[in-house]
Amino acid sequence: MTFLTLSKIQKSFGAVQVVRDFDMTIEKGEFVSFLGPSGCGKTTVLRMIAGFESPSGGEISIDGRSQANLKPNQRNIGMVFQAYALFPNMNVAENVAFGLKVAGKPKAEIDARVNEMLGLIKLDHLADRYPYQMSGGQQQRVALARALAPKPQVLLLDEPLSALDAKIRVSLREEIRMIQQQLGITTVFVTHDQEEALSISDRIVVMNGGRADQIGSPFEIYNRPATRFVASFVGTLNLIEAKVIDPAANRIAIGDQAITLREPLGAVKAGDTVSLALRPEAGSIAEGAKGDTALTGKVVSSNFLGSVIRTRMKVGDAVISFDMFNAPGLSPPAVGETVTLRFTASDLLIIRE
Amino acid sequence: MKTNRLLAWVAIAIGVVYFIVPLIGTFEFSLRMRRGEYSFDAYQSVFSDMQFRATFGYSMLMAFFTIIFGILLVVPTAYWVRLRLPQIRPVVEFITLLPLVIPAIVIVFGYLRLYNSSSFIPLTNSTSGTNALLMLSYITLSLPYMYRAIDTAMRSIDVATLTEAAESLGARWPTIMFRCIFPNVMSGVLSGAFITFAIVMGEFTMAALLNRPAFGPYLQLVGANKAYEPSALAIIAFAITWLSMGLLQLVSRLQKTAPRKA
Ligand SMILES: Nc1ncnc2c1ncn2[C@@H]1O[C@H](COP(=O)(O)OP(=O)(O)OP(=O)(O)O)[C@@H](O)[C@H]1O
Ligand SMILES: [Mg+2]
Repeated sequence: MTFLTLSKIQKSFGAVQVVRDFDMTIEKGEFVSFLGPSGCGKTTVLRMIAGFESPSGGEISIDGRSQANLKPNQRNIGMVFQAYALFPNMNVAENVAFGLKVAGKPKAEIDARVNEMLGLIKLDHLADRYPYQMSGGQQQRVALARALAPKPQVLLLDEPLSALDAKIRVSLREEIRMIQQQLGITTVFVTHDQEEALSISDRIVVMNGGRADQIGSPFEIYNRPATRFVASFVGTLNLIEAKVIDPAANRIAIGDQAITLREPLGAVKAGDTVSLALRPEAGSIAEGAKGDTALTGKVVSSNFLGSVIRTRMKVGDAVISFDMFNAPGLSPPAVGETVTLRFTASDLLIIRE
Repeated sequence: MKTNRLLAWVAIAIGVVYFIVPLIGTFEFSLRMRRGEYSFDAYQSVFSDMQFRATFGYSMLMAFFTIIFGILLVVPTAYWVRLRLPQIRPVVEFITLLPLVIPAIVIVFGYLRLYNSSSFIPLTNSTSGTNALLMLSYITLSLPYMYRAIDTAMRSIDVATLTEAAESLGARWPTIMFRCIFPNVMSGVLSGAFITFAIVMGEFTMAALLNRPAFGPYLQLVGANKAYEPSALAIIAFAITWLSMGLLQLVSRLQKTAPRKA
């Protein structure tokens, strides 16, 4: 069931258009991440949903109701900000109670809800603390509880974790996801951290220059990037230029090594250049590795990254990286050594913009 | 290095002497009303003077209203400028500085031209009108300090994000103003209030020219006609100012023990 609909959203600041033709529908209870580089318009879309900016075109509706004429304080939306934005003059319980008080709820109901929320974020014991007496992670959890207390229809989070340090970032994102699933609340999460988006989302919107380049599950986004931008932004990826040899037979050449693609090449002719993408984890150089396709090249570097070893080899003019899992007793390939990388042809994607 | 330190101490000593000696002299003189011995007779005389009580009370009341209306004018203005019109902040800052540059006498003559009994807004026609005019001119005088104190306090909170947080929780602007913004700029509001209080209690020009029975003109009157009482009054006035400053320090100290994220 479609719950939050964004149709043909446009937004310009003066002459600069920062969001164009943004189209998407979000299901009830779904967790959607907006992922993209700085300045691509993620915050702007989020602020339009919240009502802090009005779209220059298009429409936003929640549960079938157009939000066009609703001010932010008339919408039923919870928001969590990167800078926590707790009220410094109120303690934890008062912060969480704020939205309920504003709505004029009876005191008993407010108290019960505040307790429930503090239990949810496991901060019952800090109800009397003031924001300046708490760590960033604790403050952000309070901000989450404050946003959720009035039972909003949609929860919006704008880079809620980027001010926190790495360890807390990981544990808090899992906590956010757990709470989201527990409450079944429709959530939009903005981030520029791909790992964050991949690990907790039902679906990801990869944004680029104010547009949604691709919308899909983390699995689809990672394994089937629709555009060159998505391919290069999400994960590490080899972008390889190849020459078409025989379009009808899907034959191409990387350097002087010819291979056959699984995906049809489409409307190209012999001698054209096509861009191919290959994930570093798609192939292996081990003896007897599986795969219907092989490329042979010279190792130019080999970096030990802890759990994996990333090796770069040169095939013609192309440099291809591949990863292998670290294991005791494994000897990484030496620079200058000739190795053969085996992989499945269907892992080699054609990038068509 | 040694001589530098010495020179610094000498400079401080000179400053202290320059400041303290007249004060001690004044205090000593104020105690000499009774012949041959020290007494607080001059203070007694001051405190039992009906006019002292009347003018002091009047100025206190004026200070109170000046502070209330000043805050109600400045807090929303500073808030609005920070939130919606950050580009005109330098202009507003310049305007609030004008009372420091334009002498009070010029301002009050301007007021008298604008609001005299034959003008469109004849405030000086009635006592209450003149009182209101005096209060408004006090607000003008205290504007440089009030605006700065409150604007500085606002810098330490993220006004825009707090406003948006409150809005998304359903709050309307009176709630945002009085529950989310005001309490967080209280330190600035209080320091502005104490400075305003000190200014209003000692102000002479405006009260005299608008012919209102304020404490400033009374000080001048006593100074011209009596011997010991002016010294006593000077000491009292000092005590009031210092009390205000002390409270101001205390407030800013309290603010420091409860630090906020910038
Ligand atoms: N109020 C505004 N006036 C003018 N331009 C704006 C305004 N708000 C945002 N922009 C511009 O719109 C573009 C998109 O901004 P937005 O804040 O949505 O980016 P973002 O994807 O959230 O980036 P980040 O990851 O850095 O937060 C930027 O180029 C920004 O300069
Ligand atoms: Mg942003």
